[in-house]
Amino acid sequence: MINLEKVNKWYGAHHVLKDVDLSVARGEVLVVCGPSGSGKSTMIRTINRLEPIEQGRILIDGADIYAKGTNLNALRQKIGFVFQQFNLFPHMSVLENVIFAPVSICKQPRKQAVELARGLLARVGLEHKIDAYPGSLSGGQQQRVAIARALALQPPVMLFDEPTSALDPEMVGEVLQVMKGLAKDGMTMVCVTHEMGFARDVCDRVVFMDGGEILEMDTPERFFSAPSHPRAQRFLADILHPRG
Amino acid sequence: MNLLDATQYQLLLSGMAVTVQLFLVAWVMAFAIAVTLVVVRATDLAPCRWLVDAYVEYHRNVPLLVQVLFWYFGMPELLPEGFRMWLYQHNAEMSLAAIALALGSAAYIAEDIRSGLRAIPGTQFEAARALGASYLQCMRFVIVPQALRISIPPLVGRALLLFKNTSVAMAIGVMELTYQAREIENETYRTFATFGAATIMYLLGSFLIMLIGSRIYDRYRLNRGGHGA
Amino acid sequence: MLDVLSQYWPTLLVGQYPNGPLGGLALTLILAACGLALSLPLALLIALARVSPYGWLRTASKALVNVVRGMPLLMLIFWAYFVVPKLTGQVVSGFWTLIFALVVYESAYLSEVIRSGIEAVPRGQIEASRSLGVGYWTTMRRVVLPQALFNVLPSMTSQFVSTIKETSLGYVISVNELTFAANQVNNLVLTKPLQVFGILAIIYFLVCFSLSRGLSWLDLRIRRSRAMA
Repeated sequence: MINLEKVNKWYGAHHVLKDVDLSVARGEVLVVCGPSGSGKSTMIRTINRLEPIEQGRILIDGADIYAKGTNLNALRQKIGFVFQQFNLFPHMSVLENVIFAPVSICKQPRKQAVELARGLLARVGLEHKIDAYPGSLSGGQQQRVAIARALALQPPVMLFDEPTSALDPEMVGEVLQVMKGLAKDGMTMVCVTHEMGFARDVCDRVVFMDGGEILEMDTPERFFSAPSHPRAQRFLADILHPRG
Repeated sequence: MNLLDATQYQLLLSGMAVTVQLFLVAWVMAFAIAVTLVVVRATDLAPCRWLVDAYVEYHRNVPLLVQVLFWYFGMPELLPEGFRMWLYQHNAEMSLAAIALALGSAAYIAEDIRSGLRAIPGTQFEAARALGASYLQCMRFVIVPQALRISIPPLVGRALLLFKNTSVAMAIGVMELTYQAREIENETYRTFATFGAATIMYLLGSFLIMLIGSRIYDRYRLNRGGHGA
Repeated sequence: MLDVLSQYWPTLLVGQYPNGPLGGLALTLILAACGLALSLPLALLIALARVSPYGWLRTASKALVNVVRGMPLLMLIFWAYFVVPKLTGQVVSGFWTLIFALVVYESAYLSEVIRSGIEAVPRGQIEASRSLGVGYWTTMRRVVLPQALFNVLPSMTSQFVSTIKETSLGYVISVNELTFAANQVNNLVLTKPLQVFGILAIIYFLVCFSLSRGLSWLDLRIRRSRAMA
């Protein structure tokens, strides 16, 4: 469903993505991990063109997203994106945040959108906060609203860019719960995350990146028990038994 | 100290009415001009940037009185004879004063709105784009509403200044509050009563603007109901 | 425009001097400088009153500041026009009237700036000083004010430019500053108001623009050298 072919990206002289090749099948849950600066966030952001690429191709459902005549906005409406910093719109209530895309951009009838929003907010456990403003919500609650917002257009694929990294530890669980639910329902997901528990429980494949390259791709069982690449081994060792 | 009688109060009140009228007209025009300036400037094309920056610098460095005098004495020279005659017959003083006040305030309001825009983190724009919003949709639904909300306190300050600056129009004969106060004082020599009454009216007007401003601020400000974790 | 300028530039620059008192742009600059210089100590006093431990002093100074800031400068000038002779018991020239009004207006504004500077100094500073046994006023003088004023000085530059613009209101009470001088030129020339007032606007623009750029460059240099000290 998503294909990255020989993707290369430079920030000035800095080569941040090196010949990245990745394939994500429909219904698959992919976890991308690696040390900071490895390019994993950059990579996921190239998929919905939040970051441009200099070389290579990115295909979604077989269509090149950089082809002439591609409607960028229509493309993005088919991809749900969840940010590390939630990025809810502070001047809109929770309900308005969630129905923003369906109603104001896609011009769906409001009633329908509100129904859908209620359902989504119930799914993330926040229906009771439907009229609250982001300023009064905790980080975990905001992120769950952000997930509901991203689901509002019913995209076939969801991208998560370190969704729990900005949260206090006690709130990480509630967000992962929502994400696990989505995975179990068959959503195609690509998650950049450090949460190895999540990876072990629900994902189909683990992708390890470092220095802008994909160094290893495995099932979670193989990856967590015996990674082959030395840098992956070091990374896991650090995560499981932090030095210092 | 003699107090004023009824006719003089009426004159002062009519002056106040002119002040309020001038203020409202100039404010609405100023806001419209300011929004245009911001939009033009946001295109980031070199001539647009230069034009808007020149406009703002001009109006920030030339005193308001001079702008009013320029518009009243100087500008009509550029108009064709017929139009100029029509203008003078139709309360030129008020219109030209309003224009001068509006253009001057617009420069400051535009800067206030631009600061508001700059205060919004780029990630808001990203989040809206990630949902598939076009540039214009982002601006309309996400960026501009937030910019306006952030700008409310400085904008209230500008409104207050504009309200007080209407007094400058008296220099070209607009019969607003300060003009009336001076006229009455010239005739009756009841200095303290006349100026006192006029001052109180200005203070009431200022207070009202501040009250409305803080209501709007409470209604629309961001971060309602405490902060998230 | 150039012919008007070449013929009348002495009037615009220095008024009737040397055949009469100084006027024009020179007088404008002197008015602004005197006004600002005199308003600083007064602003400091008012700010100290605003934060003093005496309730009546706080209330009185707060009332004074709000009244002065709630009325237009022009209104204040008229107040000064009639109040100052009564206070001093003798006839006062327009120059001193204008200075009086400017000083009162500027002090009220500056006192707010100084006050917020004082309140921005962390409480811990005062607590540390008091627990060393240092008295209130000495603490103010040696600990709080130096820190508060450090941030005020940079805004002095923009205040000077603002005051220059405010002197233009002397036109209304016939003080022979730049705007009044230009009006006199216009009354002589009669047929070229656009050019005369255009020149007036350009002069203000050049003076204010270059002053604010020059002073902010100076301010930057001072800050850099301070940072390195």
